[in-house]
Amino acid sequence: MKILVPVKRVIDFNVKVRVKPDGTGVDLANVKMAMNPFDEIAVEEALRLKEAGKASEVVLVSVGESQCADTIRAGLAMGADRGILVRADGRLEPLAVAKVLKAVVAKEEPGLVILGKQAIDDDCNQTGQMLAALLDWPIATFASKIVVDDGEATVQREVDGGHETVKLKLPAVATTDLRLNQPRYASLPNIMKAKKKPLDETTAADLGADIAPRLTVVKVSEPPARRAGVKVASVAELVDKLRNEAGVL
Amino acid sequence: MTTLLIADHDNATLKETTARALTAALELGDEVHVLVAGKDCNPAATAAAKLTGVAKVLEANGDSLAHQLPEPLAALIVANAGPYEAIVTPATATGKTVLPRVAALLDIMQVSEVIRVVAPDTFERPIYAGNATETVKVGEGKKVLTVRTAAFKPAGDGGNAPIESIAAPPDSARSAFVGAEIATSARPELTAARVVISGGRAFQSAENFRKFLEPIADKLNAAIGASRAAVDAGYAANDLQVGQTGKVVSPDLYIACGISGAIQHLAGMKDAKVIVAINKDPEAPIFQVADYGLVGDLYDILPELERAL
Repeated sequence: MKILVPVKRVIDFNVKVRVKPDGTGVDLANVKMAMNPFDEIAVEEALRLKEAGKASEVVLVSVGESQCADTIRAGLAMGADRGILVRADGRLEPLAVAKVLKAVVAKEEPGLVILGKQAIDDDCNQTGQMLAALLDWPIATFASKIVVDDGEATVQREVDGGHETVKLKLPAVATTDLRLNQPRYASLPNIMKAKKKPLDETTAADLGADIAPRLTVVKVSEPPARRAGVKVASVAELVDKLRNEAGVL
Repeated sequence: MTTLLIADHDNATLKETTARALTAALELGDEVHVLVAGKDCNPAATAAAKLTGVAKVLEANGDSLAHQLPEPLAALIVANAGPYEAIVTPATATGKTVLPRVAALLDIMQVSEVIRVVAPDTFERPIYAGNATETVKVGEGKKVLTVRTAAFKPAGDGGNAPIESIAAPPDSARSAFVGAEIATSARPELTAARVVISGGRAFQSAENFRKFLEPIADKLNAAIGASRAAVDAGYAANDLQVGQTGKVVSPDLYIACGISGAIQHLAGMKDAKVIVAINKDPEAPIFQVADYGLVGDLYDILPELERAL
C-alpha cells in the first residue's frame, strides 16, 4: 500500500509574524520557511507505518510555488521515497488544494492519505476533510494513534473532552494531531541522499484542477493588543483587586 | 432566506457552544433553523427549541447519527441544504470535522473560526495563531461558516420553536465508531467556564498539578486548563490544553499559573476578560498580557490564594 502525504510550506513556527503596514497580508519577505509542523507529524506517521511493514511507499506532494520543492526535500530527508511538486501560483485555498490532491490521488492510488490537521499560517483546518469529501472516502481527523491492518485503519482521535476511536475501511484519509508522534530529525547523510530521490513536477492546470480562489481577502490586520496590567505585591492585594476593581470574584 | 445552524450536543444535552454559535448565526440577519442530528436526541432538540431567536428545529434521529460520524452527518446536512443561504456550526471537534466535508460536497469554500460578523457576507477570522486577523468576503452561493464560540455570547433561553422530524441517513458503510473515553468532571466545561485556572510545566508533576490547582478550582467553580508544555510532560490530560492547537477560551477570569506565555498558548486565552499571571520569572511574556501579575513561587502563592478565597 502506498501512503500519500501532502506537505505545506509555511512560515517557520518560531518566527514572529508581522502584518504588512498596507494590510494586504503578512510579511513573508526574507522570513524563514519550513514544513507545516502537523505535516511533519504526518510524514513521520507514514514512515513508521512503512517501517512496520504496513506500507510499501511514502509519496509526498506539495502544491504551490517552486520553493515548495524545498519542503518536499525536507520530507524526503526524513525518509520518504519520492515527491511530487504541483506548481500553482497565487493564493491557494483549501478547496483548491483538495481538488489538486484529488487529481494526484487518482494517479497515485494510495491506500491512505495522511495530512496535518491544519496549517499554522491560515489555520483553516479544512483540506483533509475536503479531500475525503471529493474522493467520497471516510476520514478520521485529529488522530492521536493510527493502526493499519487488513484493509482497515483504526484511529484514535482527540475530541472535545477526551478521545474516541473509529474504524475506517481503506482507502481513507486521516489528519494528524499534535501527540500522534514526535517527528524525527533528518540526518546529514539522509539530507544528501534526499537530493537524489525522484521529485516529479507538474502543474495544477495539467491536472485539470480549478484553483481559483472563492473568497476575497479584504484586509489583514493586527489583532487588538492587550495592554500589560499591573504587578501586585501579595495574594491579599490580588484578591482585593479581583474583587473590588475587576469585579470577577 | 434562512440560515441552518448545526447543533453541538451529546443527545441528552445541548452544548453551550450551540447557543454561542446561534448568536453569530443570527447576526447574518436571516431566520435561523437548528439541526439536531443524533440518536435519542429529543432532549437536545427540545433545548434547542428554547433558544431565543430559533425559528424551527430539525430533529434527525437514527443509529447512523449516534456518534456524529462525519460521513452520514455530512450526507444529512447536504441532503437538507437546499433552501438554506448559510450553514453554520460551532468550531468544535465535530463541527471542524464535518463542515469542510459539507462545504466540499457543495463546492463551496468554508470560512473557518469566524470571530466577527462584519456584514452578512464579510467575516473576521484569526490566522497565524491569532497573531493576525483576516477579513474575508464570500462570493456568490451559500455561506459555510464555523464559529469560534469564545468570540460570541450565548443566546438566551426564551424561545419556543416548533420541532420537525427529518429522516436520518443510512449507516456509513466505510466508517464505524469503536469507542470513546470522555473524561467526566463535576467542573464546568473548559470552553464554557466563567473562571479558568491553568497550569504549566512549573508544577513538575501530575500530582502537584492536581494538588495545587484543584482546591482553587473547587472554590471558584473554575475549569482547569493546561499549557502545551504541561500536557506534553504528562501533568494534564490533552483535552485540557489551552492554545492554538487546543481549546480557545474566553472566561471572565483566567488564572495562568507557572505558564510562561508562549504565542501558542496566548492564542487560546487572550480573549479572557481578566487575566491573572502567577510566575516566578518576572520577565515571563505572560505578564505582557496579564491584567494582574504576581511574581513568586507557586507552591507558596497557590495555597495562600486558596485560603484567601
